[in-house]
Formats: sequence, structure tokens, C-alpha cells
Amino acid sequence: MNMIQAINSAMDVVMARDPDVIVMGEDVGYFGGVFRATAGLQAKYGKTRVFDTPITECGIIGVAVGMGAYGLRPVPEIQFADYIYPALDQLVSEAARLRYRSAGEFISPITVRSPFGGGIFGGQTHSQSPEGIFTHVSGIKTVIPATPYDAKGLLISAIEDNDPVLFFEPKRIYNGPFDGYWDKPAKNWSAHPAGEVPTGYYKIPLGKAAIARAGNDLTILAYGTMVHVAIATVEEAGVDAEVIDLRTLVPLDIETIEASVKKTGRCMVVHEATRTGGFGAELAALVQERCFYHLEAPVERVTGFDTPYPHSLEWAYFPGPVRIGQALKKIMKD
Amino acid sequence: MTGEPRANLPPLSLHVPEPKFRPGDQAEYSDVIVPPAGSGRRPDPAEPAAQFHELAYGLVRVLDDEGNAVGPWAPRLTPDTLRRMLRYMALVRAFDERMFRAQRQGKTSFYMKCTGEEAVAVAATMALQRDDMTFPSYRQQGILIARDWSLVDMMNQIYSNKGDRLQGKQLPIMYSTREGAFFSISGNLATQYPQAVGWAMASAAKGDTRIAATWCGEGSTAEGDFHSACTFASVYRAPVILNVVNNQWAISSFSGFAGAESTTFAARALGYGIAGLRIDGNDALAVYAATEWAAERARTNQGPTLIEHFTYRAEGHSTSDDPSQYRSANEASDWPLGDPIARLKGHLVRLGEWDEERHAAQDLELAELVKRCQKEAEANGILGHGLHQPLDTLFEGVFEEMPWHLKEQRAQMLAEEEASGRPWARK
Repeated sequence: MNMIQAINSAMDVVMARDPDVIVMGEDVGYFGGVFRATAGLQAKYGKTRVFDTPITECGIIGVAVGMGAYGLRPVPEIQFADYIYPALDQLVSEAARLRYRSAGEFISPITVRSPFGGGIFGGQTHSQSPEGIFTHVSGIKTVIPATPYDAKGLLISAIEDNDPVLFFEPKRIYNGPFDGYWDKPAKNWSAHPAGEVPTGYYKIPLGKAAIARAGNDLTILAYGTMVHVAIATVEEAGVDAEVIDLRTLVPLDIETIEASVKKTGRCMVVHEATRTGGFGAELAALVQERCFYHLEAPVERVTGFDTPYPHSLEWAYFPGPVRIGQALKKIMKD
Repeated sequence: MTGEPRANLPPLSLHVPEPKFRPGDQAEYSDVIVPPAGSGRRPDPAEPAAQFHELAYGLVRVLDDEGNAVGPWAPRLTPDTLRRMLRYMALVRAFDERMFRAQRQGKTSFYMKCTGEEAVAVAATMALQRDDMTFPSYRQQGILIARDWSLVDMMNQIYSNKGDRLQGKQLPIMYSTREGAFFSISGNLATQYPQAVGWAMASAAKGDTRIAATWCGEGSTAEGDFHSACTFASVYRAPVILNVVNNQWAISSFSGFAGAESTTFAARALGYGIAGLRIDGNDALAVYAATEWAAERARTNQGPTLIEHFTYRAEGHSTSDDPSQYRSANEASDWPLGDPIARLKGHLVRLGEWDEERHAAQDLELAELVKRCQKEAEANGILGHGLHQPLDTLFEGVFEEMPWHLKEQRAQMLAEEEASGRPWARK
């Protein structure tokens, strides 16, 4: 399966098991979603469980919070993460806080799916990586898969989780892994082992990272598309890096990170999102606090620049093989 | 920077609304149109929304100046029910008086009264089923009281004491009770509106029979959530009652800043394809009748109703507010729709089912009841008198299970507290 099929399969599997799971969002019903992630679900489960919504993100999330309070398990879709901002108040002030402010009387077991990240010439409003806005919010879990296998297992866990989960889907790798070379032919998931996805039910626990590439010289912390770009770059550079795919940003798998950095003595954080206040800053601070005496070089961050996501200059912006390669040289020299 | 004016065109001017009366002015209401009680028609609950023009711009009233219940909206309640309604409203007022004073005495940080708006929540709640879900704003304490919710429980929340079910996590009056079908109040305005619609949609999707009702002030209708809620409610014909409590004031800004100079709030419903009723919010029987009608419409899958309750916020916005700084002093006393408690009382007296002596006795009894409850609540502690909840509850309920980073922060806080030797260190 590719990642879209895996995500579709996750919703299909959970909907078949739990009649309280409902899917809603712009164009997700009859049409099956602009990325086809919900294709076939309405025909299979009916219009009261899979339906199109008006174009109002604050409405989509607000309504989902109400449905969650009733006892349903809504899986709303925000068509692009760039368009999640109108729903920010409902996510930050309501979904994230409902359990806390009602001392557990009401909960918000919603899973907000949203395609995110760049690398597709999406320009300013089809490329953003806003995860850092949400990792800053207490009460929300943030999950970002990097493979079809993980996408399905993590999404099932997210939907069954009783806390609100933001599930960001890196749309650059919907159809295949991406090594950062935009000018080379695209690959698809059929050649990748993680494209092998069981059709049935399985879960990958939230809050557990995966070691995407084992190594000894350096630890690279990445998620989403950047996991693949990082692996391709270190292999090309001949650096024996350990690449950790975080998978869940909140709650973070600190044990895996700590063990790896203590082993390698070096740490690089790679994300597409802008640098200042990005999740990489949190990662760098945690590594510095916990692995200070093991570090042989400053923690390096390779990220998007502190600019809006450009259109024509995308490959200058994107933290691809060139930028990661230079950072590798620097951190290995220190 | 300004554009180059064209000599042959008049300059544009910006209209900034201004209330008619400010501090020092004598407010008078000759321009407020108050149609006679009994004059509005009562449509079939299945009538299409497009036919509600007259009701959305008019004012449904049941109680006339002599205390008679007249016209097609008169709900024909038994004297017992009317007395119960009156009692709840009087209890809300007694509760408000006492809690306002408790805040002034420094027993809690904050309070908000609903003086003059008691009918809006009490009568509406009495027209709903006990398990219909309510999504209130912060000024519908009458819902809880009309559902016989424990006053001590409410006060425990106000005092953030050891009896507070919300563990002292919420600002006073932001109640929450699942059992009371009363949704957790949020400080963020109008967020409950789409949530109520979502709850109602879920109820409909599951083939349930329960409906939802929500309340917001006229000021909050300016929020985007109001628009999205109305759109969703209309699109999916959600079984929901959308109440707009038009009490003329959003803190210091008069209703003109929410658009009242050009339209009514009930009229907003029409553009969404929602039935809109504008009613006398100080007329408990009109509130009851409109809610009963809207509930029937919702329960028969005819869709949502928006009810504008035309009323007046008789006191300050909150204990942190001083209305004499922005509005005329006689506005509340001269409000043409009067006082909701006095009007319902007048009706019962007119029916021969009540009298001044009984009313005075009841007021005394309710004041005593509230005082007793207050004593009981204060035995659980008041805000500021030490710590009523174990320190580490601060970290509970962020997530269902506490993740490592919160456990670490909890341990750190407890260790710091222990080392500080402060009186709040855990016992």
C-alpha cells in the first residue's frame, strides 16, 4: 500500500470495529477526499458516518468536539495543515482543555487528520509544517508518520486514543519515499519494506519512536518526510548515523533519544518547519539537558528558514541533501 | 496615508455606533418597540424557515401589563408549575446576591450575576427534558438551579474548595456537570455554539431522541463560531435550539457593536434558513413557550431554531466591572420589559394562586436556604485559605494517562515545594 491507502485502510478497519467512529471534512464524503484518503468509505458506511462539511474549519473542529462530548469518536479532516488556523481556538481552547477543565467529566477523543509539509511546489499555503504550534499546547498529542505501515498503525492508535490527536500526514511521501532529490524520478512505496501493510487491525503505540537507521557516529532526530531525506543523505555521505523517526512528538519518546545520543555523542535535528520556536528547539534543549556530558559537539538544527514557504525557491528552502550534507560535515568535524 | 480626494465626490465617512445614553444621561426607551402581549402568531413547528420574517423582527410576548397570559403562545401551565418557575427564578437571584457578596468579602476571586435574565435560563430549562444537553455561556446558572442541582456543589466550585469536583482548576462559575447535562463552561466565547450543534448532530446520527440547547450573548454572535454553528445547524438540520440572550450589553459595548442598529439577532437566523423567534426575555411564559415550540420542532426532525431573548443585563458584567462608567444609571430600572420575577409573580397573583405574603415568605426562606448552603460549602474551605486540593492534582487530567514529561514536572514541583518550607508544602 502507499500511505494514502494505508490511511484509508486504518479508517476502514476502525469504522468496521466501532460504530461510534465517524469521518467528516471538506470533500471527504462522496468524492473521497482531495487526496483520496477517504475514498469508498461513504459508500461502505453511509452518509451519517462519512460526510462532507461546509468550508469552515472552526466549525468542523467545534462540531467534532461536540460529537466527542456526546460519545462519538470523530475523525475530522482539515484539507491542508495550512488551513488549520481558523480551528485553532477550538483545538487549543476546547479540545485540548476539555478533560482538564471538566476534571475528566467530558473528553475530546477526536483525531484531526491533516496533510502537511512541503516538497510539492505547494507554495505558501499548501506546504506548511505547523506542528510546533500544537506541541506547545498542553492536552494535545501530535503524531507524524513516515511510512505507510506506521501511518496505519499510528492512525488506528490515534482514533482509539481518548485524547485529542493531531495526525499530520506528510503529503510529499503519500505515494513514495523521498530522498530529497526533487529532480530525480519519484519512487513509490512498492519497493520499500514499510510499504508492506497488513489489511487487518494492528496498532503502533503513540509515544514510541522507531530507529529508522541504526548507527554509531551521530544521532539524527527527524519525522515525516525528513526521515527519508536524512537516511539518503547520511548514506551518501558515508556517515554511520542513527536516524530516529520520532513518530509521536507529544508525548515524546525521550528514552530512545537519550540512549542514542549518549551512544553517539552527537545530535542533529532535522525538520521542514521554520526554525525559531520550532519543535527542533525543544528537542535540542532536551538533548542538551539530558545528554550534556556525552555531547562532543553542539546540537545542530537543519530546518526550514524563518520565512513563509516560497514557491519557485522551494528547493533552496527545503532542508534537503545539500543542507543536511553541509551540517553533517560541520557536526562531525567538531 | 490617504487617497487623493476627487473634487466631484462627497468624502466617505465611517459610522461608529454609539449608545443613545451615557453616564449622566437620563435613559428613555420610547424608541424600543414593545408590541402588545398576545399579538404574535404561533406557527406550526413544521413551518419552513422562510416564513418567519415577522416573528424574527417582532417580539413574542405572553404576559400583559395586568399579569394575564394572553395569545396563542400562552403555554397554559398549571399553577404548581408556575410557582415552581417563580421559585427557581427567585432562588437564582438569591444565589447571585449571596455569591456576589461572597466575592466582595474576599471569599472567592470572581462572580457573575444574571440579574434580570433569570427567565432566560430557568423557563427554557423547564421546557426541556432533564437529559437534553445544554451548552451554556457563563450567565445561565438558572439551568442548574432549574434542574435542582446542588447549590453546595455550585458553591464548592465558586470557592475552589476541597468539595470542588473540578479540583480548583476552573475560574469560579465555569461549572460542569455531565450528570446535570450541563456542558463544561469555557472562557472562550461562542465556542459552545458549534459544539452544541455537533452534539445534536451526533444525537440525530445515532437515532437518539435527545436534543441540545445552547446560549450565547448578543455580543458573542459576532464571533466566527456563531456563523459556523448556524451553517452546520442549518445544513444538517441539527436538533438544536440556539439561544441568543440579547441583554443589550457586552461588557461596556452596547448591542450596536454586534450589529443591533441594523437588524435583530433573530433575523440572522433567516439568512441561514433557520426558524428565528424574537421573544420578550423577561416574560418567563414567552421563554417557556418558545423553547417548548423549538424543542418540538427539533424532536420532529424539522431542524434548529434560533431564539433571541430580548432582555436587559440589570447589573455589571461581573464582579470586575463597574457599569456606571459607561451607561446611564436609570437604564435597568426603566427597562420597558420590566423584571422577569416581578412579572411572573404578578401573573400568579392575578390568577389568585399567589400573594405578597407568600412571596415575601418565600424570599426569606430562599435567602435562608442559600445561607445554609453557603455555610456548608464554606466548611469545605474558601479560596485563599490554604490549599484545598493535593498539589499534584495540578498535573492530572491533561491527558488520560500522565506522560513522562508531566510526571517529571510533578516530581520537580513536589521536590521544590518540599525544599521551600512554605506552608503549602504537602501535608
